[in-house]
Amino acid sequence: MTEQSYNFAYLDEATKRMIRRALLKGLAIPGYQVPFASREMPMPYGWGTGGVQVTAACLIPEDTLKVIDQGADDTTNAVSIRKFFERTAQVRTTETTTEATVIQTRHRIPEVPLAEGQILVYQVPIPEPLRFLEPRESETRRMHALEEYGLMHVKLYEDIARHGAIATSYAYPVKVEGRYVMDPSPIPKFDNPKLGGNAAIQLFGAGREQRIYALPPYTQVVSLDFEDHPFEPSKAEHACDLCGSEVSYLDEVIVDDQGNRMFVCSDTNYCTTRQGEGHTGRLSQKGEAA
Amino acid sequence: MTLHDVALQQPLFRVESLTKRYGHRIGCADVNFELWPGEVLGIVGESGSGKSTLLGCLAGHLRVEEGRIFYQGRDTLLMPEPERRVLSRTEWAFVHQNPRDGLRMGVSAGGNVGERLMAIGARNYGDIRETATDWLGRVEIASERIDDRPRQFSGGMQQRLQIARNLVTSPRLVFMDEPTGGLDVSVQARLLDLLRGLVRDMGLSVIIVTHDLAVARLLADRLMVMKDGRVIEQGLTDQVLDDPQAAYTQLLVSSVLQV
Amino acid sequence: MIEIENLSKSFTLHNQNSAVIPVMSGASLRVAPGECVALTGQSGAGKSTLMRMIYGNYLAASGSIRIGDVDVATASAREIIRLRRETLGYVSQFLRVVPRVPTRTVVAEPLLALGCSEREAHARAETLLSMLNIPERLWSLSPTTFSGGEQQRVNIARGFVHGYPALLLDEPTASLDARNRDVVLTLIEEAKARGAAIVGIFHDEGARERVCDREVDVTVFTPKAAA
Repeated sequence: MTEQSYNFAYLDEATKRMIRRALLKGLAIPGYQVPFASREMPMPYGWGTGGVQVTAACLIPEDTLKVIDQGADDTTNAVSIRKFFERTAQVRTTETTTEATVIQTRHRIPEVPLAEGQILVYQVPIPEPLRFLEPRESETRRMHALEEYGLMHVKLYEDIARHGAIATSYAYPVKVEGRYVMDPSPIPKFDNPKLGGNAAIQLFGAGREQRIYALPPYTQVVSLDFEDHPFEPSKAEHACDLCGSEVSYLDEVIVDDQGNRMFVCSDTNYCTTRQGEGHTGRLSQKGEAA
Repeated sequence: MTLHDVALQQPLFRVESLTKRYGHRIGCADVNFELWPGEVLGIVGESGSGKSTLLGCLAGHLRVEEGRIFYQGRDTLLMPEPERRVLSRTEWAFVHQNPRDGLRMGVSAGGNVGERLMAIGARNYGDIRETATDWLGRVEIASERIDDRPRQFSGGMQQRLQIARNLVTSPRLVFMDEPTGGLDVSVQARLLDLLRGLVRDMGLSVIIVTHDLAVARLLADRLMVMKDGRVIEQGLTDQVLDDPQAAYTQLLVSSVLQV
Repeated sequence: MIEIENLSKSFTLHNQNSAVIPVMSGASLRVAPGECVALTGQSGAGKSTLMRMIYGNYLAASGSIRIGDVDVATASAREIIRLRRETLGYVSQFLRVVPRVPTRTVVAEPLLALGCSEREAHARAETLLSMLNIPERLWSLSPTTFSGGEQQRVNIARGFVHGYPALLLDEPTASLDARNRDVVLTLIEEAKARGAAIVGIFHDEGARERVCDREVDVTVFTPKAAA
């Protein structure tokens, strides 16, 4: 079978239209989970089937696509999805955040601020922020409808009671435009402040759960907290060992059997760009640093 | 006349011609009554008599097609759903027979008590915890158990926790469905005592469903006896129990084992 | 204070072929403030029935029972509850309490229900318990485990803790020793002195002579058919 046998971006036009309608509704009601008829995709659930469908529905031939997984452009998942759209949509792809018009992401928001005209597509495993507190879907929908969000604070209360501080470090719940409580997908809470007031369009797709939701540009997004335990975006107290950045989100990597560790930017494009600009870190090879 | 007196001049809760059908079957039919501030109304009858259905209708858990239910003069059946839900987590409370139905078993005792506070906007962790601690004390649960989950509690403690969780927002009207059912007799006594004290101190109005006439006698000011979905007799608790008028009530009362 | 007119009562036993048992007809009685009236008549003549009807415990078939401005025969449950809380006290022969509640609280309850502070109510309860010779070590225990005589005294303390304008006393001195009997009779005299209207059943003749102003034989209220 040739690539030409596929419709543009794999999905048929009727399906893309259905998804776009869901996206438009999601943008019109920021934070509201819109049900959509998720299709079977040629990849397992949990690998980004929701994000891929949203990306497919957004792509036009002129787009430049970037795909990241935990901030990295070079993981199996990111590479596969990028290849998938190269073959089915023949769009340009890039690793450079600023060049991309559509960025599909798993669990990170790029370090470089996004601009108007860019679309950030999140892969979402569990879209329902109330799920772990109230397993009945019928009940959580009603809670959203009636803005009964006391339970959300119960979760944070439990965190403080048990750990002395809000221990939720990723998928940290937010309230959108003072109305819907939303799960921002499992991004680290370090990224939460970037959700609000962002110039880009942010779209969230959950394939297995068949839900789409969205944040239009410059939406107000507030991380839930208590007056006496305010929200704090946190990261490892280190600088990147490769580019020296002190403001980026870091991955901790065990480098040998002695348990030695290094901290590196989780956003690989950000890190390489900085290294290219001559920034160095603790473990930079001396020759290159000069 | 003070404001307090004025409030006492009208019923808190009034039910008119309430009927609930399940298809052709009757859940409860043509129920009428008033409940005044500070009053405890017992609803007694055997299983299947419609008393739990009635309670479900009153509390807004079941849809009602016929009749009217007024709370402080407002028809709750015509109230928009969000408003009724606000009512049920602020001025109303519901104590289930099985604490598992009324508690979040995976959430700590403090979280269970604090939930209603957070639901109405409490956002200060320290304050919430202080209030929760105070309420655990009022229902005789040691404050050091505040971070334990209810499944580590005995049945009686779970029930007391459910009561604390319900009363923390100082409701005015409490619905109770067999609150002492399933508890050992000695544990029941402690709970009854606690409930009586809270009813008196907080001026609560209570509608309590029970099949246990002894519980009804100790807690309720007034009784309604139900059979086949209908109220067949109502009056002062001791009068209904000591001088029952309806044939069914006489049978019910005479069937109780004396101790 | 207490005015009973043309009162009648019958029991219908639905589960025994709907047998109708008339137990009282044409009963009339007036008790003025400060007056104590003893109901007499042999056992089964209807003394307790009449007391229970005055208290609202038994429904009247017809007639009226005025206590102050409330007609117990036609009053709503709510009015009777209020009457019992504020105006009408009743010392029965049996103590009925929630198990586990301390004696002090059992006695103080009528005052707490009236909105009295806990301190004040407990203080008054303790005064009465001392007068009635209930040892202090028992005050914090539930009366359910007490002897018959002790329970009866707790019951009396509870009945006298609030100064009810009307009082019903069912054998208040039964099962009491001489010393406690005297305390109870003194309490009754004090209640009369402050103007309480009292209706009582006293098998104890000496007690009757000491506190009662007159006697009413309820046998005259017994329906002829049943007599």
